[in-house]
Amino acid sequence: MNVPAPNSTAPKLTGAEKIDVTITAIVPLNDLVTRFEFKRSDGSLFPTFSGGAHTVVEMQDGDRKRLNPYSLMSDPANRETFAISVRRDDEGRGGSLFMHNKVKIGDPMVISYPVNLFSLDLRARKHLFIAGGIGITPFLAQIKQLVRTNGNWELHYSCRNASLGSYVDELTQKYPHSVHIHYDDEKDFIDLENLLHGQPIGTHLYVCGPKGMIEWVRSTAGAAGWPTAHIHYEEFLAPKPGKPFAVRLAKSGVTVKVGAHESLLEAIERLGVEAPYLCRGGACGQCETDVIESDGAFMHRDHWLEDEEKALGVKIMPCVSRFEGKTLVLDR
Amino acid sequence: MSTFNFPESIRSRPVYGTLQAQVGKSHLMIADAHGAEAVLEMAAKEPAMMAQSHIIYIPKGTQFGLQIQALKPAQYYEGPSYAAAVSRIKRVLSDAAMGLQIYLSGTEGLIGQAQYEVMQAGFDYTAIQTEHRGSVARRMQCVHCKGITEDVMIDPFQCSHCGLNLFVRDHYSRRLAAFQGVCIDAEEPGNVPLSVELYS
Repeated sequence: MNVPAPNSTAPKLTGAEKIDVTITAIVPLNDLVTRFEFKRSDGSLFPTFSGGAHTVVEMQDGDRKRLNPYSLMSDPANRETFAISVRRDDEGRGGSLFMHNKVKIGDPMVISYPVNLFSLDLRARKHLFIAGGIGITPFLAQIKQLVRTNGNWELHYSCRNASLGSYVDELTQKYPHSVHIHYDDEKDFIDLENLLHGQPIGTHLYVCGPKGMIEWVRSTAGAAGWPTAHIHYEEFLAPKPGKPFAVRLAKSGVTVKVGAHESLLEAIERLGVEAPYLCRGGACGQCETDVIESDGAFMHRDHWLEDEEKALGVKIMPCVSRFEGKTLVLDR
Repeated sequence: MSTFNFPESIRSRPVYGTLQAQVGKSHLMIADAHGAEAVLEMAAKEPAMMAQSHIIYIPKGTQFGLQIQALKPAQYYEGPSYAAAVSRIKRVLSDAAMGLQIYLSGTEGLIGQAQYEVMQAGFDYTAIQTEHRGSVARRMQCVHCKGITEDVMIDPFQCSHCGLNLFVRDHYSRRLAAFQGVCIDAEEPGNVPLSVELYS
């Protein structure tokens, strides 16, 4: 039997396992959103995934490598094609602009195995989905999964206007009784309190959309007595630019300067230091790093650390959080 | 005093808290015997909740029924046994809506079985308020014959179904709402330590 030696030199995995893919379709849906479809470059099948999973897409933009998470919105049972839908963000750090402007059909790319941080709770008697804008993407996969298993679900989808309503036509044609669309420009908003009132026991609530919408849904449901175990949300944070700062990585014995438009995690990776990650959006907890020494202020932006941990300043999530001050030494 | 401090144990063993009124649209309280005291104490702190409360109570020979009724809950049911009450519990849960808060108090057997019904309704067990009061007797499953015995007070215990001598474990099943009893003299039949009362 061929058992690898315990001190195998195989590289330690940071992030989920990688898959080489080829772009097979680029489908513009409206002014802002485009769908990208991938097939495996070696012709084999993709792994299955569960609705709500995301993949981290590697983008080689000149000498800069971006790694952005996108929800898989294709049918989880379709192992030939994976698809993501990307909303162009002209103000963002450039990942979505790279996808929209530079990626061509036939291009090779690298994506990660699916990772699910927003899965359905299959004990639910009913799944109640609230989507805002591009936040529709994880629900598209979840709906396909639930339709196959005869699940009980209902979608309330809020978009800016009809021309920016990605997948509205498809959803309303296929599921006219389960899908409810609301357009901001028609002053038609989700009547959340009434919607939550009277939902049968065993209903789970899921929300994906802008930060304000997630907070509104979570606080309204909480005030109506919904247990937190029945409220699910996903918000990938994009790392925010900030002032450049220096970090000493104690284990690796190097000092790295984090640029204004670069995340701490990206700076660590740029030096070739291995750092764990999964979601790169402050949600999964994988990149949690111990702070050995600090003199300055932390800009914690993640959803992972508890408020007390953030206040203590002994841990940082380098995917989205930053630092301003004299000294920062990390256990990495 | 009807409270008891359970010693720390394995992770499987349920732990109980103190009933605390939660924000919600309606409230369901299920209690047996001295579990009534926990309901009375919560209601004393939050009397307004009673107007939206449904209380299901099994006195098991205690005299708290009139005190509970005096709280004037929106609905009150008193039953002679859990078995008599369970059809009502199922019906109440099947009609319930999110926003309902659930409180269980009394013996471990009552809390466990009512929690099972709540979980069957699709409600997360971590969101249920529980408080142990009264007897520390256990509802126990013999892992060999699968027979369930209520109100087990001694360890080792002779299975009331198959007669094996059972070690009463802290290993608990939420699905069965029962502690697990495992044959204590399988290696050396007849070598059974003297039974002692639980927690004595």
